[in-house]
Amino acid sequence: MIDKSVRSVAEALAGIKDGATVLIAGFAQVGEPRALIDGLIEQGARDLTVVHNTAGRGREGVARLIGEGRVRKIVCSFARSRGSVIFEEVFARGGIELEILPQGTMAERMRAAAAGIPAFYTATAAGTKLAEGKESRVFNGREYILEHALPGDVALVEAWRADRWGNLVYRDAGRNFNPVMAAAATLTIVQTQHMAELGELPPEEIATPGIYVDRLVHVAAGDPPLKN
Amino acid sequence: MVETVTWQPLDRDALAARLARDIPEGWSVNLGIGIPTLVGNFVPPEREVIFHSENGILGMGPAPAPDKVNRWLINASSQYVTLRPGASYMSHSDSFALVRGGHLDLCVLGAFQVAENGDLANWARSDDDNAPAIGGAMDLAAGAKRIWVVMEHNTRSGDARLLRRCTYPLTAKGCVTRVYTELAVIDVTPAGFAVIDMVPGLTIEALQERTDAPLALP
Repeated sequence: MIDKSVRSVAEALAGIKDGATVLIAGFAQVGEPRALIDGLIEQGARDLTVVHNTAGRGREGVARLIGEGRVRKIVCSFARSRGSVIFEEVFARGGIELEILPQGTMAERMRAAAAGIPAFYTATAAGTKLAEGKESRVFNGREYILEHALPGDVALVEAWRADRWGNLVYRDAGRNFNPVMAAAATLTIVQTQHMAELGELPPEEIATPGIYVDRLVHVAAGDPPLKN
Repeated sequence: MVETVTWQPLDRDALAARLARDIPEGWSVNLGIGIPTLVGNFVPPEREVIFHSENGILGMGPAPAPDKVNRWLINASSQYVTLRPGASYMSHSDSFALVRGGHLDLCVLGAFQVAENGDLANWARSDDDNAPAIGGAMDLAAGAKRIWVVMEHNTRSGDARLLRRCTYPLTAKGCVTRVYTELAVIDVTPAGFAVIDMVPGLTIEALQERTDAPLALP
């Protein structure tokens, strides 16, 4: 019997090594695997490279991971932004390395990793400061730059419903980075709001097939926090 | 000589409404942060325009009533939104494949500067900004079929934003096709800026005084 579910967040995160690249899904706290992020803080791995849409906001979640000095490098599309207080503080004293990426380039670099594509050309950022040091090439009269695949050692994902094979269904805009990160990492760890029986999830609604998922923990986290 | 002001600039809502007038039924459109977001309020619901949000929504509707908020349904500016009938969700990678593959008819963006060759600067005011917020602006600027910029004609200190060449770091080269300001609507053409509309009473000479790059009338 295939059963990817584990009993606790600690068990789900066991074995994450110092120096790992960790893909953390979610967009503005919606579909964000908050229990797994908190668990990673407890787990203790250091020297991490974190890939997340922002460099953290407020003092919780990714911001706290950075604040505790556990992130060597952050890869994101929003570095300084509303509420990025902890990142700014750590960055100002040289305590963290930053790689800033256009949001679509970030997603596509992970998609490439998931699909076995080592690198690809894109028009995004061609002719801008972000293209400095990158190979460029002209196709059909337009300039493109070379971007490399961005695989993770670990992905942290939040699903709405999951079965024991790791098939995942997402809720509303909670899908965001979850499917691409789930597919782009060697070890994909999922927290799910609800567990379903095998065969219960409608196959046409499964957005992440279980093949990408390694560990599954049931966390009834409830709705994302209310925005003001 | 003191210039006699006989014209009135558009306020933010009127500017958004002016732009919304030009979006035809059937287009798929992404609206950026700020005044661009307001544009959605001025496209009448009976005109079927499909709004896209980078975080994986096609067919987005207006903000919900405060007691009808779905905490799982936000747009790329982290604001609560609704769905229109016909809407769909997708992942971030599909959402940006849609952007980068040229499937959006229009993206409306704010800007710091636009150059007469269509260059866009909207993410940093200095080369020294080493921890900026880019989000999806570079993908949208490079990918959408048309980029319309909506911005104030001048900076608060009165400097021009419509320039011969941008002085701030670029978001994308040669992507802007039209600019809407509180004073005028200006197309970017192979020959430079062409004014296609001005607020009543404004003269091309007065507009040119507020603009660095040369303006032509079509």
